[in-house]
Amino acid sequence: MAHTLYQKLVDSHTVKRLDEAHVLLYADLHIMNEYTSPQAFGGLVERGLKVLRPSQQMGVVDHVIPTHADPVAQRVIRIEAASKQAANFSRNCNASGIKLYDVNDPLQGIEHVVAPESGFIRPGMVVLCGDSHTTTYGAFGALGFGIGTSEIEHVLATQTLTYRTAADMRIRIDGVLPTSVTAKDLVMYVVAKISAQGARGHAVEYAGTAIEALSIEARMTLCNMTVEAGARAALIAPDETTFAYVRAHPGNLDAAGMEAAIKTWRNLYSDPDAAFDIELEFSALDVAPYVTWGTSPDQAIPIDGRIPQRDADASTAKALDYIGLTGGSRIEGTRVDRVFIGSCTNGRIEDLRLAAAVVRGQTISPTVRGMVVPGSGAVRDQAEREGLARIFTDAGFEWRQPGCSMCLAMNDDVLAPGERCASTTNRNFEGRQGRDSRTHLMSPAMAAAAAITGYITDVRKLGAQP
Amino acid sequence: MNDFTRVEGVALPLPIANLDTDQIMPKQFLFGIDKSGLAKGLLYDLRCHADGTPQPDFIMNTEPYNHARILVGGPNFGCGSSREHAVWGLQQGGIAAVLAPSFGEIFYYNSINNRLLTVMLAQDVIDQIMAEIAIPASSHLIVDVQAQQVHTASGKSFPFDMDARQRHMYLNGLDVIGASVGMLPEIKAFEQAHFAANPWARVMAPT
Repeated sequence: MAHTLYQKLVDSHTVKRLDEAHVLLYADLHIMNEYTSPQAFGGLVERGLKVLRPSQQMGVVDHVIPTHADPVAQRVIRIEAASKQAANFSRNCNASGIKLYDVNDPLQGIEHVVAPESGFIRPGMVVLCGDSHTTTYGAFGALGFGIGTSEIEHVLATQTLTYRTAADMRIRIDGVLPTSVTAKDLVMYVVAKISAQGARGHAVEYAGTAIEALSIEARMTLCNMTVEAGARAALIAPDETTFAYVRAHPGNLDAAGMEAAIKTWRNLYSDPDAAFDIELEFSALDVAPYVTWGTSPDQAIPIDGRIPQRDADASTAKALDYIGLTGGSRIEGTRVDRVFIGSCTNGRIEDLRLAAAVVRGQTISPTVRGMVVPGSGAVRDQAEREGLARIFTDAGFEWRQPGCSMCLAMNDDVLAPGERCASTTNRNFEGRQGRDSRTHLMSPAMAAAAAITGYITDVRKLGAQP
Repeated sequence: MNDFTRVEGVALPLPIANLDTDQIMPKQFLFGIDKSGLAKGLLYDLRCHADGTPQPDFIMNTEPYNHARILVGGPNFGCGSSREHAVWGLQQGGIAAVLAPSFGEIFYYNSINNRLLTVMLAQDVIDQIMAEIAIPASSHLIVDVQAQQVHTASGKSFPFDMDARQRHMYLNGLDVIGASVGMLPEIKAFEQAHFAANPWARVMAPT
């Protein structure tokens, strides 16, 4: 019988079928952060249980950590409650023998940046984490998805999850992305086309020549933000690009083990006659640099587009009132106060290269405060070695320490009320980056362009080719 | 009353599409290491001014909706962040059931795990219920889980579907983790075979 890639991954991790809709799903790896895990550890203690498989857990302090330019390994969490939460997390991980990237670990960073570069993510795995952007790992042909705290407790206790299987959706994108158009623009295009709940209940497999041409980092951006279309998972079948990345990040695999594994991973694809519940097709040629105008990630338009009229629907009027823009006007030219480059969507080395290519030799607008927050210690170090950090600081950007930072503002990095930010993050929700703050999602190159001009700008008009 | 066969009480209409968990429970309330103290954070930016004083014109701050037991929301309710704090906060704020055309996936499963009743109804049904409960005198709803029916004050009834497992868990308070712990022998047999066949799936040496 023909199977989709998603079904193959579920089947290979099914301990037991519980009923028609649910399976007991085995997790190869479980990743934790400091803010969604404490109550799960507490629950284990109440039950008198221990972590079943400590060596299949990994912890990273990322959401609450400050990103001030303090020296590496000398960071201090100044918010008292956040400091206590991080200390509690450290105690929990250490007591159970769980690998932790703590506050002052030189390799600390955002969980979804640290795990892949540490060689912990491989094709064919099931990876769970108490964070919705765990869909990132679909870039490897691994099944990754976010879980709640009760489910974290379930995984800690049993290394499994009671899991309702998803329906299958395939999105095929053929053609070549135009110049200056990135995976971020592609995923924003997809989310805008299918809506914030267009993939709800589905595991989305991406296919097509445009997908095959993407680097692993670009694939991570695409899969990461597919959750903003409501997807339960995103997947891309592993190929030579994937294998090259995994070979370069071997972790504990020796060369023979790696080649044997790759042989197995070559079977990770949807069978030609596998049936999908929904199939969609788009052309890469139709994608342009995208920008959100509203307060939901699907409220996005091409940079040369016009914001919808306020009577389009109730959500449009509400979003326009919050964001302080006029229906029917152009998004290009909207002044910004802040520019943020970073996050699990766009905080990897390739993202910083794309932004630096736009910034090189330029100075950011005197009316803009620009921040670059690398996704991890490894990304920071590499960006410094490559001279990217210098390009940013010469242009007037702040070059900071890694963390989730202003993506969710659960730390010192918060927008003031009314401030408008060009942001490479994944959510433009009301209040996400600070109460009454205004977020415009875009690619690293587009954010860099906005920093230089001081307003939302078509990066293609700046002349620099990212 | 709420004996897990039905939820009844005042229903709060919040006709907002994509009401995300960031709005249901904002970031500044997520620093805890236990589940307590979240009622004050519930829908904070909608409910309160920046200085913490109540927004008097927000429906949740008005009679009778300040006593709501049921929330009637828009499509994709609870989308976004995985934070289970959103569910805990709703419950601590007195909400025992949420009715909406659709739910964010992670929120939906978090609700099931906490016995927060989630009921999916077609948009036109939600619209009818919303119109009725917007009038304080007819704001009372009954959600009968056993009969899988929502009853409005005017006597309208709407059936709803419920996954068999979800229904069983809600009615009986099934301890999912306990049930899975009971399957540990099968889990251990599975993982032995799994890692023997797929040694690469172990990214760290077992301890």
